[in-house]
Parts: sequence; structure tokens; C-alpha cells
Amino acid sequence: MAEAEPTIRYTERAGKSVVEVGGTWTVFSVRGIREKAEKALQAAGAGAKGQRTVDATGLEKVDTAGALEILELAGGGPEAEVKTRDEAQAALFKIVRENMCDAPPDRRVNWLAHWLEEIGRGTIDFYKQVIKLCAFFGEILVVVVEAILQPKRFRPSAVVRQMYEVWIRALVIVGVLCFLIGVVIAYQGVQQLKQFGAETFTVEAVGIGMFRELGPLLTAIIVAGRSGSAFTAQIGTMQVNQEVDAMRTIGLNPVEWLVLPRITALLISMPLLAFWGDMAGLLGGAVACTVYLDFTFVQFFDRLRDTVGPWHFYTGMIKAPVFGIVIAVIGCFEGLQVSGSAESVGQLTTKSVVESIFCVIVLDAIFSVIFLLAGV
Amino acid sequence: MAAVAPANSEDLPPKAPLAEGGQISDHRDGRDVVLRLRGIRTQFGDKVIHDNLDFDLFRGEIVGLVGGSGSGKSVLLRTIIGLIQARAGTVEMLGVDTGTLHGKAKRQMLARTGVQFQDGALFSSLTVTENIIVPIREHAGLEEQTMREIAALKVALVGLPGDAGDKKPSELSGGMRKRASLARALALDPELLFLDEPTAGLDPIGASHYDELVKGLSRNLGLTILMVTHDLDSLSAICDRIAVLLDKRVVVGTMAELLEYDHPWVREYFHGPRGRAARQEHK
Repeated sequence: MAEAEPTIRYTERAGKSVVEVGGTWTVFSVRGIREKAEKALQAAGAGAKGQRTVDATGLEKVDTAGALEILELAGGGPEAEVKTRDEAQAALFKIVRENMCDAPPDRRVNWLAHWLEEIGRGTIDFYKQVIKLCAFFGEILVVVVEAILQPKRFRPSAVVRQMYEVWIRALVIVGVLCFLIGVVIAYQGVQQLKQFGAETFTVEAVGIGMFRELGPLLTAIIVAGRSGSAFTAQIGTMQVNQEVDAMRTIGLNPVEWLVLPRITALLISMPLLAFWGDMAGLLGGAVACTVYLDFTFVQFFDRLRDTVGPWHFYTGMIKAPVFGIVIAVIGCFEGLQVSGSAESVGQLTTKSVVESIFCVIVLDAIFSVIFLLAGV
Repeated sequence: MAAVAPANSEDLPPKAPLAEGGQISDHRDGRDVVLRLRGIRTQFGDKVIHDNLDFDLFRGEIVGLVGGSGSGKSVLLRTIIGLIQARAGTVEMLGVDTGTLHGKAKRQMLARTGVQFQDGALFSSLTVTENIIVPIREHAGLEEQTMREIAALKVALVGLPGDAGDKKPSELSGGMRKRASLARALALDPELLFLDEPTAGLDPIGASHYDELVKGLSRNLGLTILMVTHDLDSLSAICDRIAVLLDKRVVVGTMAELLEYDHPWVREYFHGPRGRAARQEHK
């Protein structure tokens, strides 16, 4: 659009200050108009502020932004008198004048205040989150007790369907990743232990490392990423569609129908997956040892049998179902926290993954202390 | 001979020949044609939504677009504003074929039109004021303070309280979101405004206030408005003409003309109990 420049002139007419405006006053043409007006005002030598009459008969084109600027230059005030060329422009000026208001100032907050506010808010949120999570856990326990009295309420078909999702469909990814980690540990072990001629201890490094820590931990992190997030997203979407509310009105308890099958499924699936991960890791270690150490498979597994006791395996298998419960509880809890918008589904899904991985690692540390004290 | 007729015209030939632009009778009165659709055809896969559709919108009028579910109201609106590409036909907006626009010319055309989406489609991470400033900054690039003042004016124009400007869309009620979205659509004082179901989900009082607001804005700012609506009250209260999507084409007329129009859907729509009640009220 070729825009004609807006023009402005301050004059006196019959003892009254008058602003003459002309040309095009639209949102596209009023850029820098205030400086221009300042200059025009100085050139005319007129008094700085005060109400003026507006002569807008020379206007070619005007829109609300232009009218707003003209009224501002005329000394603001809704009382400014405006002479217009035609009805349409008069109507425009009238509607702008009626709706003029001071723009609220840009809110700027002191950084320290902002920082303190964030910390305070974060602390309170964390506190509330812990309370809510405990309440949710209690709710689950009630349902679990009821379900134990009436085992039908565990809803085996739903559990099996969830197990297909969280166990069977995770086998490939868990297997591949654990295999690779097994290879990496063995390779690093050989490299380091060779320096003092103890490279055969690579077998213990792989066996104990996979059984005690990496098998269950790696599996838990993968499951948190793919199943915990899925739980949050599924339940959250149902929450957005008001499906969860509908369940409540029909008399179905969402904890029993949505949460319990998922927790049960993950409780069963996690040890199975962790075992699968352990085996894949050992295989990876064995393969690496045949390459870097000239071991045969038989030698590797013989040494493993002789040096790595069963308790290394049991500790991992004790941790796995606990990790499973934690991931499922957090995933379902965050899903039920979703409110209204689709945006919160995304936010809470992220939160659920971060929280479950955090909890899994903290629990892992606690388990280490417990096993240390128990001497296993 | 057969080559001239479009493929689907045998389905249901119009009862009486329509005037230019799908009108029952001509209402142009020498006004500018702000929007001209000719021979529009849209389809998804094999499913044809519109075929050989003609439609004219004249300067300064408010036209309501109605049609049964699945008749393609939203598709037509999205085709006009360029979110969907028509398979055939031309969309001429403010005298320019939008299909030929690129780059700067296209941006200038966008600055002259405004769209209010059904649920507002406000940017959720920005406040209402910042939402209104987005198109102004993009197309006009004024000083920050000026833009804030313009935004405050628009907020007041659409009847929102002054403190609404600092709120995020999620803090507003559905009706306020619609108003805020209208304020953003009005940010650059467009000549042509498209509203998608502006009164859906509002209570009757809120809806009639909204109707008055739209009518007042149209009159005072010289806007031309095309609104998709199902609200029979809006249709009788503020629309100068009504466009009905029938058999993949548009039939446009005043309420009086459509009441006489002989088509089963039109008869059921305007002569049903709701249609009668709405007309009674606005007589």
C-alpha cells in the first residue's frame, strides 16, 4: 500500500489552539508521528500542553490507531473537540474517544523479588505435590485392599493389555540398549584392568554391574520414558475430554479402572524386563570378551558362575518391581492432575518423566545403603 | 454441450436461476465487491465438498454463512482465508486474486483482513495485550508505547474490562476469550473480517451483546464481515444477508428471500420452531 504521509500543524484560530491534521493516519503510517508532532509544536511556538480543537477536515484516510494518535496529540482528554469531514469519520472519532484509556504500564519486577518469588512458589508447590502424592498413594492402597478381597477387580484383561504395551513392546529397545551397555563396560573394563594384568576381572565388572545397577536402572529409565509418559498422556487426554469425569458420574472409580491395571502391569513387567536386560547385557559383555580377551563363551560364563554370587542378581530383582510401582504411580498421578487444556497434557507428561527418573535414582541410592547395611 | 456442464450439476438443479454470485436476486447496489469467489471446488480425496461455488461479498455488509453439519462451512472459510487450497476456481479479495499473491503483496493482503477463530486461537504464552500487539508489530512496527495504547483501545472497543489486557488467555472465560480474539483480529483495522461461530458457547445475553458489538463495530469502522454461525438470533438481528451452503454451492439472499426459497433444508432451517422464534423476536 502506498501510504501518504500524515501531516500535522499547530495554529491559533480566533484565540483558540487548533491542530490541523491531514493526509493518511493509519496504523501503517503513524510510525514516529510523536517526534514529528513535537517538532511541529516547536515550530509553531505554541504552548506545550493543554486541550486543543482538532481540525480533521483534511484527512484522507484514518483508522482507529490514527484517530487515537490525533486525539493524543490534541492533548488527550475525551473532551477534545473534533471537526471532521464526514459522518463516517465522525463516528470513528466518537467510538475511539469513548474507548480511549491509558495503557497500563509495562510491569517490570525487580530480579531479586522475582527470584525470591520463584523460590517460594517452588517450595510451596513441592510441598503440595508431596502431600497430594501421599493422598493418591493412600487412595491406591484402599483400592488395592478392596481388590485383594475381590480379585476380579484387578481386571485381568486390562492388565494383560497394559502388559503387552509396557513389556512385550519394550523388549527390543531394552534388549538392544542393555546389550550395547554390556559391550561398553566390557571394553572399558578390559582396557583399564589390562594395565595391572587383571583383565579377567572384566567378567565380574560386567556381571555385578549389570545385575546390581545397570540392568534394573537402565530398564527403569527406558520404561519411565516410554510407559510412564504414555500413562500420563493417556489419562491426561481422557481428563481433557472429560472422560474421567464421566467415569465418576457413572460410578466407576478412575483409580480402580485406570490406575490399578497400569500399576499391576508395570509391577509384573518391570522384573521381567530387568531380567531380560540383565541377560542382554551379559551377552554383550560375553561378545566383547571374546573379541578383546580371547575368551570363549564357555570361559566367560564359567567364570561368571564361580565369581558372581546369586545375591547380586537378587538385589536387582528386588529393586525392579519397586521402580515399576513408582513409575506407574507418578505417571498416573500426573495424568490425573491434567486440567482442561491440551497444553497441560504436554507439561505434565514432561514432569512425569522427570519426576519418575528422579525418584528411581533416589530410590536406587536408598537401596544401596540398605543392601550395604544388610551385607549383601 | 456436455463439456460445459460441471460434473455434479445434474444432482439437484437450482429451482430458479440465481443472479451473479449465487444471489437469489441482486443486492449489489453499485457497492464494491470485497470478496469474490468463482467456480470454487474443494475436495478431500474423492469427497467433493464444494463444486463450482460462486459467492460475492459487498462492502460494508454483514453476511452470515449457514449450512448443515458437514456441508463445509469451515472448509469454505478456511479456503477463503487461504488455509486450504481450492482445487479449482479463484478467490478474489479486495480486488486481487489471492492465488497470485506472494511475498510482500500477500503480507499486505493479510494485514487488511482479520480472522477470529472459534475458540479464540489466542497465543497461550502471551497476555491479551501482547496478543493484540503481535500483528501490529509484524506489519506496522510502531513504538512500544504507541502499540500498547492501541492495544488498550482495542481491548476497550470489544468491551473487555481494562485489567483483561494483562491476563493470559487461560485466565479468561470463554466469552472473554472470544472478545480478546476479536480485538486481535481488529488490531490493524482490517477492511474484511471473518468470524467463525462468534456466539457459539455464549449464553443468550452474552451472545446478544456480542451481536450488538459486532454490528456497532461494523457500522462505525466500516467493516465488511463474513461470519459462520448457527445462531438464528444473530442471523435475524445483525446479518444483512445470509449465505446458505446447499448441495456444494452457496445460495445467498436476505432472510425474506430465503423464507420463500424452495429447498427442503432451507425450509426446515428457517421454518422450524427455532427459526420462527428468532424471527418473532426481531420483528
